[in-house]
Amino acid sequence: MRTLLKMTWIELKLFVREPVTMVFTFALPLIFLFVLGGVFQNIPSEEFRDAKPMDYYTPAYVGLVIASIGLVGLPVHFAKYRERGVLRRFRASPLHLWCIFGAQVLVSLIIATLGGILLVVVSMIAFDVKFPESVALVIAAFLPSVIAFAAIGILLGSLLPTTRAAQGLGLILFIVMLMLSGSGPPPELMSDAMEKTGQVMPLYYVIRLMQDPWLGYAWNWDAFMILAGVTVVASLASLRLFRWE
Amino acid sequence: MRKIIEAEHLRKVYGATVAVDDISFEVAEGEIFGLLGPNGAGKTTTVECLQGLRRPDAGRLRVLGLNPQSDGRELRRQIGSQLQDSALPDRMRVWEALDLFSSLMPNSPDWRVTMEQWGLTEKRKSSFSRLSGGQRQRLFVALALANNPKVVFLDEMTSGLDPAARHTAWDLIRAIRDRGTTVVMVTHFMDEAERLCDRLGIVDGGRLTALDTPQGLIATYAGQVRVVFSTEHADLSWLQGVPNVSRVSRHGPRVEIEGTGPVLARVAAALVERGILPTDLRQEQPSLEDVFLSITGHTIQD
Repeated sequence: MRTLLKMTWIELKLFVREPVTMVFTFALPLIFLFVLGGVFQNIPSEEFRDAKPMDYYTPAYVGLVIASIGLVGLPVHFAKYRERGVLRRFRASPLHLWCIFGAQVLVSLIIATLGGILLVVVSMIAFDVKFPESVALVIAAFLPSVIAFAAIGILLGSLLPTTRAAQGLGLILFIVMLMLSGSGPPPELMSDAMEKTGQVMPLYYVIRLMQDPWLGYAWNWDAFMILAGVTVVASLASLRLFRWE
Repeated sequence: MRKIIEAEHLRKVYGATVAVDDISFEVAEGEIFGLLGPNGAGKTTTVECLQGLRRPDAGRLRVLGLNPQSDGRELRRQIGSQLQDSALPDRMRVWEALDLFSSLMPNSPDWRVTMEQWGLTEKRKSSFSRLSGGQRQRLFVALALANNPKVVFLDEMTSGLDPAARHTAWDLIRAIRDRGTTVVMVTHFMDEAERLCDRLGIVDGGRLTALDTPQGLIATYAGQVRVVFSTEHADLSWLQGVPNVSRVSRHGPRVEIEGTGPVLARVAAALVERGILPTDLRQEQPSLEDVFLSITGHTIQD
């Protein structure tokens, strides 16, 4: 436990010392917020589930913070560790694999929380976004969402051999999910095929899970169970497929 | 002496390449055991199998009574490893690495002392990426010792160190051994192997070709003594007739004689008798270099 906390603290410091990752994780969703916030008139409409567009998009952009950590941040981090021989060095020490993974999950939670709070505060100030209908349920949706994407990130990091592969594939996945999962055009406006494709993306369920209680809908059990399934499958696959070198 | 490491008929193949053919040896508690050989001889693979980092294709290994393959995790709590081709995160600082690695075992020594011993205190706040090759090397050895290991594996520990740092490293390794830690080291430096190792295995082409103390190896394999002097005298063919002399060769004024036993005294007496009084007559001690050449038929650089 002491080692896990120490490892988490060090990894957190390493994250803060890496400006590019910091900007990507914290600033990119903010850029989306301002670009799209400037496009729409902030009045309730049918395609935004009868909500104001920015009330609709704020939980979706919190989803982007989570997705960028899981699809780009973590895979690149692990691939770089493998490429440089950091994992080799860790492997020869008494450090447990679960400690290495666990520290990444905790760091992801902390960063996603900070990024999410930053985004929500900015959108409240800049776009007059209203407080979630159910804060407790939004938080309850946020935690399993981060854990699911941390598991996806660790799986990608276990599979992708090089930093370049991780950056390339991670960015493609991130952009595709961003466009189709409800953080780009609203699924209510998509063609049937696009909407079906979007429903294959884990980010779709992250966004629905957080958006529903935010806008006053009931807890989305379907989305929750799908994310729980993704977490279990990705974790088991990571433990089996992880390569140290 | 308690046996700390037993390796019997170790074999490891990568695809079509036989990295380790058939290697057996034992390491006793409290000794500095070395594996000496050229690059690609199979030294690193042998050590990585002992650390549980690679799965041997055949053979039986025991380290501290544990099977490195099945008890790898428990084993790595009790050993320290300094590896080739490994790294730390670029922006991790020296003190953070030492702090992390020493927190992995409950009874670790104070990492600040290790940091001081290995000359890293000045660099304690430097990022890993800003360290020189020699500083990284010293940090890796310090990390290998951070969990107070019973056995420490050092793979080319002094590559990248300047001569002064190498001598300091040797002194520190002896001090570690004197505290009771067994040291297994891999090296291709002859002087390092000769000065530091209590026992030494010579590895070539995936096999252990000789195993003894450095002095024992020299006595066994470099039996010929070399006597050297310079002279302007033209005809020295009579030297062949001097007892104990087996071979005479000449390069300009420099004369080299190979022989056995008291060949120096015999040659000196014969030279004096003929009125030749070279001022530089001396016997050259055979070294591990000669041993390596006579065992493997090539030098370590080949």
